[in-house]
Amino acid sequence: MNAPLPSSGKQLCPGGKPPRRAFFRLLTGALGAAATGLLTLPMLGYFFGRRHRPAMWVPMGDLSDFPLNETRTINFDNPLRQPWDGMTSMTGVHVRYQGKNDAGDEQFLVLAANCAHLGCPVSWFPQSGLFMCPCHGGVYYENGERASGPPPRGLFHCVWRVKEGKLEIEAPHYPTLHDTLTESLES
Amino acid sequence: MYQLLRKLAHWIDARAGVSATLWPMMRHPVPRSIDGPMGWWYVFGSASMTFLLIQILTGIGLSMVYVPAADQAYESLLYLDYQQPWGWFLRSLHYYAGSGMVVMLLVHMTQVFLQGSYKYPRELTWVVGVLLLACTMGMFFTGQILRWDTDAYWGLAVGASMAGRVPVLGPEIVHTLLGGDIIGASSLSRFFALHVFIIPGALLTFLGIHLWLVLRCGISAPPKPGEIVDPKTYDATYHEELKRGVPFFGDALLKDIFFSALAVTIVVVIAAVVGPKGPTEPPDPTLAGANPRPEWPFLWLFGLLSLSPPAIETFIMLVFPVLVLGALFFVPFVSNRGERAPSRRPAAVLLVIVIYTTLGVLTYEGVQAPWSPVMDAWSGDPVPVNLVEGRTPLELQGAAVFQFKNCRNCHALEGIGGRRGPDLTTIGASLTRDQLITQISNGTPGGGNMPAYGKQMSPAEMEATVAFLISLRPDGQLPAGAVEDAPVEGTTPQPVELTE
Ligand code: FES
Repeated sequence: MNAPLPSSGKQLCPGGKPPRRAFFRLLTGALGAAATGLLTLPMLGYFFGRRHRPAMWVPMGDLSDFPLNETRTINFDNPLRQPWDGMTSMTGVHVRYQGKNDAGDEQFLVLAANCAHLGCPVSWFPQSGLFMCPCHGGVYYENGERASGPPPRGLFHCVWRVKEGKLEIEAPHYPTLHDTLTESLES
Repeated sequence: MYQLLRKLAHWIDARAGVSATLWPMMRHPVPRSIDGPMGWWYVFGSASMTFLLIQILTGIGLSMVYVPAADQAYESLLYLDYQQPWGWFLRSLHYYAGSGMVVMLLVHMTQVFLQGSYKYPRELTWVVGVLLLACTMGMFFTGQILRWDTDAYWGLAVGASMAGRVPVLGPEIVHTLLGGDIIGASSLSRFFALHVFIIPGALLTFLGIHLWLVLRCGISAPPKPGEIVDPKTYDATYHEELKRGVPFFGDALLKDIFFSALAVTIVVVIAAVVGPKGPTEPPDPTLAGANPRPEWPFLWLFGLLSLSPPAIETFIMLVFPVLVLGALFFVPFVSNRGERAPSRRPAAVLLVIVIYTTLGVLTYEGVQAPWSPVMDAWSGDPVPVNLVEGRTPLELQGAAVFQFKNCRNCHALEGIGGRRGPDLTTIGASLTRDQLITQISNGTPGGGNMPAYGKQMSPAEMEATVAFLISLRPDGQLPAGAVEDAPVEGTTPQPVELTE
């Protein structure tokens, strides 16, 4: 490298690197950083980004489908699906009509089927008025409150509304302990 | 022709330096005693590698038919099982060779630990080995997800819920893991990428490093009691030993080949006889009766988790596995010198015994899973006839209520039914009427294992149930508690204030 180059005849600067080489190093470093950043940011966006979609509402049925104080299990195709989800996007919720409140509004209780413990599907037992989880024996009362077993809380509530005489719920994502379905309402 | 090929080989070799590099590696000397019977201890690592080779071959084969898309994966598995020539065998072999790989890794690690082979200068070899174990477990978990049936779906749900417990970052991790808002096509594709590209890439890299380290540090000599490892003198002694060594490419390799061939034969026979695992029900989340079980290498964790109090659960899910891995990493740094022979290291031997016993017991519990209710016991398992024979109408009614209120899902009668709560076949002999009412009404205090049934049944139903439970006692035995307090058979006691 340091062999004298007869043609150029360039001299080393005394006591330092040639400024051109130092500059080139700096340039290489900066360009490398820029290239890395340009490469990394879109990749991160691809791997960790979230697709934002407007809230989607799923019809559960006519109001008359839900007798007072009875729990109905409704299965539906979750619109949060991918086109090639197949049967995997089928989702169940437990709907209970609780009558009208003082203001005369219909009151519903819509509970996600996923156990608040580790997400297994709870089943509704009308005879005893309990939800039971097959995995570790979590049990909930009909109002979704925890009755016994390992779940740290009651069942997750879905967001619902009544529109044109129909009950609709907001398409539920997979609920977890720190990412419930009613985040916006609870806070 | 032969001459031409020879020339070609030489031509390539002269440029690529294959024999110059590989030949010394193959001929590298190993301690002489490995040539003897002690050498049989050294066959497990290569057996794991042989299984890995099978996994690569069968994996590539399966990937040519399997469709990693949520709407077709299940169908393609059935196609593999029933239509594709030998598809069932490849699936089966992929499962059992994978299991064999885990077993061989564990045996290999245990041997290395017991014989102190991880000590100086092979600490790093051990650490990379632990990474290999972690990768293999990762392969097992992701592989189970690719078997896209109802167990896979709910296994993924449980895994996501565990990850979701991570403070602050939980929701982001779940989203990244599932590749979207719900468990579905993106989740399967992510696990496919993990199982086929990401983890195998890491695994093969670590394997390369592991092998390089094995070559560089040499194979440890079988331990002799009293032969102390001292980093200052070890290298010189070891080199002396190698001068008297035998080439690896000889009987040592022969033992490896023999054992691997044996292991492969066994696994092939098992795969052919037992057949492929699953798929079970299709991955329809609305199907009732889901009862996901983790694959066998994780059953111990399932058991540990289910047996631990809910208060420390999150710790066991998130921190404990890290601690276990950390502890394994740390092994060579706790002691990298001193005795190697198991006979001089009773603590190490004891540790291995304790660990395997614990794993065994927890795995057994995980298989039994007494904490899982039997969801259809209330309707599927009738009350044994001899428990209702000669009972009063009230008691008979109680038996009906007992079934109808799903008590049976957690409580067995004569061993049949759920085992989450105690078997109630003789409960009348141990709990008094009052105790029974309190227990049923309030459940386990503080919301433990039994829900409070106080509001779930009417006083009349409670009355009947208690009467039935009191009648459950061995022949000739009086009800528990004061005799005059107990309801006499055949009478209908007045309903008392029952609840709250
Ligand atoms: S997932 Fe329901 S109790 Fe554990």
